[in-house]
Amino acid sequence: MSLYETQKLLYHLNREPKLKASFLEDHDAVLQEYSLTEEEAGAVRDHDIGLLYVLGVNGQILMHFAAMLGIAWGDYLQLMRDGVERHGPVRAGVYKLSGYEGVDAHDRALREKRNQKAKG
Amino acid sequence: MPLVYAGVCSHGPGITARSDQADPDTRDRFYGALRAMGDEIRASGAELLVVVAAEHFANFFMNNMPAFAMGMADAYEGPIEDPDWLKIAPVKVPGDAEASHSLISSVLESVDVAYAEEWKFDHGIMVPLHFLTPAYDLPVVPCNINCQGPPLTPLYRAWAFGEALRSACDSTPRNIALVGTGGISHWPATPDSGKINEPWDRTFMDRWVAQDKEALLSYSDADIYRDAGQGGFEIRTYIAAAAAAGGMGKIAFLEPIPIFATMGVVASKAVT
Repeated sequence: MSLYETQKLLYHLNREPKLKASFLEDHDAVLQEYSLTEEEAGAVRDHDIGLLYVLGVNGQILMHFAAMLGIAWGDYLQLMRDGVERHGPVRAGVYKLSGYEGVDAHDRALREKRNQKAKG
Repeated sequence: MPLVYAGVCSHGPGITARSDQADPDTRDRFYGALRAMGDEIRASGAELLVVVAAEHFANFFMNNMPAFAMGMADAYEGPIEDPDWLKIAPVKVPGDAEASHSLISSVLESVDVAYAEEWKFDHGIMVPLHFLTPAYDLPVVPCNINCQGPPLTPLYRAWAFGEALRSACDSTPRNIALVGTGGISHWPATPDSGKINEPWDRTFMDRWVAQDKEALLSYSDADIYRDAGQGGFEIRTYIAAAAAAGGMGKIAFLEPIPIFATMGVVASKAVT
């Protein structure tokens, strides 16, 4: 249930401006209202996007928490990679890593394939 | 015939949020195809737009997750995302509670759909509307299929939902357009964001265009997760749109745009 609670907190922060304001003022006051483990609470308190990702927080929830903290898109993606490096593979959920070369390399590879096809 | 238009398009937030990072030529052709779809919807005489989307924890959470939900309000707010991030200004989108009520009552004849008198649109609806109805002048009936928090409804139930929507549309005198949004293969909001399985997407769209029901419903969630990522679960919206339309499809745009974290898709269906 605990991952559920972590996601619930982040979901509420994204939906409820008043809760968001309270959270930004005093993280612990808001964290008290949710049943998180020490590790989860620490990750939220420290804005540890990488650990939250590894704990299994759904990316569609996590990306809004990152945006709320003013983290740019590219940095958000990197923080998740760093999290896996530091804390090991994603422990739960459907937002695990699949192995990927990155946008630029992938874009190039797709174009090359298309060009080859056009020629062939 | 009350269902006068059916189509699908992708809805990734990067389509607007990361607009400036995309290859301008590809981006502009994609945007052009989306706007042309909006023109087709207007030309169809549609008085109402049913959007079958897959939302991302904007309204529905694991405390009470409906497999299917439909909006029943006279107005909806969006986007729920930071407008500066999504690059879509906050707007009140018109709905039609009475029309929703009638459609939902009809859908309930065969599919147990939840209804919501309050609904904040996320990018799954806002990004398509930004291009299809930029003046927000067509009342919307939002529909959601849970494609985010497993367990997910089976694909054949997404088909049944599409058929139920079609019957519902046919039971009203209003002209209605229906657009499914999402997909196809993608790994959004993960470090793999930007990965696209183009061959998988093209095969899926071939099946969609051919209205090959058996092939469309043949994927298991394990297949989809492995080959098309957790974003691939959103093919449910395309399947519902195919079931609602009944006819063959036509691709207007189908190209991978990794910086948008998705294939750019714009396609329509013959309503038969």
